[in-house]
Amino acid sequence: MQQSRLRDLIVGVFVLFGLGAIAYLSIQVGGLYYNGPRGLHLYATFDHVGDLKPRAAVVIAGVKVGEVVSIGLDDNMRARSLLDIDPSLELDVETSAAIMTAGLLGEKFVALEPGWSDDMLSSGDEIARTESAISLEGLIGELVNNADLGED
Amino acid sequence: MRIAPIELLGFRSLLLLEHLGHAAFFGMRIVFSLLAPPLRFRRLVIDVFDAGVLSLPVVCLSGFVVGGTLSLLGYTTLVRFGAEQALGPLVGLAVIRELGPVLTALLVTGRAGSAIAAEIATMVTTEQLDGLRMMSVDPIEFVVSPKALALVLVMPLLTGLFILFSLLGGYMIAVGLLGVDGASFTTTMESAVEFSRDVAQSFTKALVFGCLAGLIATYRGYISEPTAAGVSASTTSTVVIASVAILVFDFFVNGMWGV
Amino acid sequence: MTPAQTSRGAEAMDEGGQQDFRVAFDGVRLQRGKRVVFRRLSCGFPRGSISVVLGGSGSGKSTLLRMIGGLQRPDGGVIRVADREITQLSERELFKVRDRIGMLFQGGALLDSMTVFENAALPLREHTQLSDSDIEAEVNRRLMAVGLSDAAGLYPRELSGGMNRRAALARAIVMDPEILLVDEPFSGLDPINVRRIEALLVDLNRHLGLTLIVTSHHIASSLRMADRMVFMVDGIAISGRPGELLASEDKRVVEFLEAESDGADERRELDVTPPLMRDGE
Repeated sequence: MQQSRLRDLIVGVFVLFGLGAIAYLSIQVGGLYYNGPRGLHLYATFDHVGDLKPRAAVVIAGVKVGEVVSIGLDDNMRARSLLDIDPSLELDVETSAAIMTAGLLGEKFVALEPGWSDDMLSSGDEIARTESAISLEGLIGELVNNADLGED
Repeated sequence: MRIAPIELLGFRSLLLLEHLGHAAFFGMRIVFSLLAPPLRFRRLVIDVFDAGVLSLPVVCLSGFVVGGTLSLLGYTTLVRFGAEQALGPLVGLAVIRELGPVLTALLVTGRAGSAIAAEIATMVTTEQLDGLRMMSVDPIEFVVSPKALALVLVMPLLTGLFILFSLLGGYMIAVGLLGVDGASFTTTMESAVEFSRDVAQSFTKALVFGCLAGLIATYRGYISEPTAAGVSASTTSTVVIASVAILVFDFFVNGMWGV
Repeated sequence: MTPAQTSRGAEAMDEGGQQDFRVAFDGVRLQRGKRVVFRRLSCGFPRGSISVVLGGSGSGKSTLLRMIGGLQRPDGGVIRVADREITQLSERELFKVRDRIGMLFQGGALLDSMTVFENAALPLREHTQLSDSDIEAEVNRRLMAVGLSDAAGLYPRELSGGMNRRAALARAIVMDPEILLVDEPFSGLDPINVRRIEALLVDLNRHLGLTLIVTSHHIASSLRMADRMVFMVDGIAISGRPGELLASEDKRVVEFLEAESDGADERRELDVTPPLMRDGE
């Protein structure tokens, strides 16, 4: 009897740990929301997003505050992204968004820079000022063109 | 004379088909017996202990070592391009999508699947299953179903733990030994891994592999010859057949899941 | 009267067919690969008697018991158990027939993952609504009857051969079956344990009226306990009362008795009565 109760206990702990591992992988690593999105939904439209992907980080001053939810095309053939941001943040209407790269070839992420206005953004608003991704190919192309000009 | 190999091929094919048919029927009997009461909860707990808890050390250790190895291998390649920060995604994706479910399934088949086949085959040999039948107890319901279900339940749990230990092993090697930034290892990995594409696929595979291992181990034990040689044959062929089946189905799940 | 009595082979023997057979074989055939196990097997096992099935190894003694339990289906012929034809029954229907049968396997067939107590309690737990305390009382009563009260908490691997056999016997009779099939109860046991098991079996028959069908190649004990003996030779059965068989002039029977007998004295002691009857053929 004693032995079988110990076994029950061990099996219970094993199942708990296993489920814990699955939950951790799904929620933390896999990014599955368990209680819905964070809350503050903002749109940002870019000319070019590079290889920005859904689930990329949204940061302010290097601190992660949210994630890119989705990226699609708007009517003007520009890339419209939906950002999901911590609702406790108060972001004003002059906030700007830029797509940056971690390192030379690293992951793309969205960096927000708050402005100085007194009017605050609320969920569903559009971030007006955006800066597109810098593409390495574009930069190189520009460099080559400039070099050509220099020779003249 | 010339016809003999072809005849043999035909005979073998028919035999294979016959076994597939029997195994499918056997699987249906297991499912029906699980749906109809009584649920053998006590026996299920014992079988989960045997298949799951006793497989823990080998699964966790293997996971840790596999993650560490991936980190080492990945680093030597990535560092040449100055892309060490891609180490997290490399380890995470490889372990979650492919290595975690497949290696766990192979390990569990070798440890628990073979043990289940041997136990059932021994019960055939020592007439324990016939003894149950004579007591009007269905051996499939009493012995086979709890063992098969235990393997199915245990597989995703062990896969989750294997992956967790792999990530831990990968992280410790990358950060502790290779000097990669720890925060960037985890954040890049977390943003590279998607639930619906990677994690869901991982655990779907684990469930499929659990069903395969559970069915093959119990079926192979159940149809064992009632001799000592029969017991050992059922153990060996369980490991061989289930391992190949796991790799084949891994290929199919990958194909059906897309990218 | 009973369907069993339509069995021609069975009717031919034993006081003009007045026997009430609980188990009867009629023209049963069985082939395993190319080997013919039963050519045309006909015999009957009367209610409330002890029948001992004798035969060399490979003669199909165990197979005969397995057929009565429905574990093995014949290729042809009719088997009646407790007035039911069982060869065509489904596994579910067989369960109903098996509720009236207990079987003691040669190796005991106790589940080795359970204690002796749990093994003996298994049929009660599966098929009755008895409370735990009732089950405990019932099982302890049976274990005491076979002299294993002290071994209730042991696992089968911890038992000696004789204890294993007795534990299996306790499990076989815990549901009060009317027919008890016993496969080689004496093989591998020392003379003391042989006597002990023999006494238990005889006791079950005399006091509870169980119909016993016992396979054995142990002639001495067979002669002591048998009301009826069945010889399995060449795929058929030759049956009769012990005395009849001992007096038999049939070469196959004589050979077997001489080769296997460890009780040649007993053969002389028994009086020689009516001529041997043969089943089948």
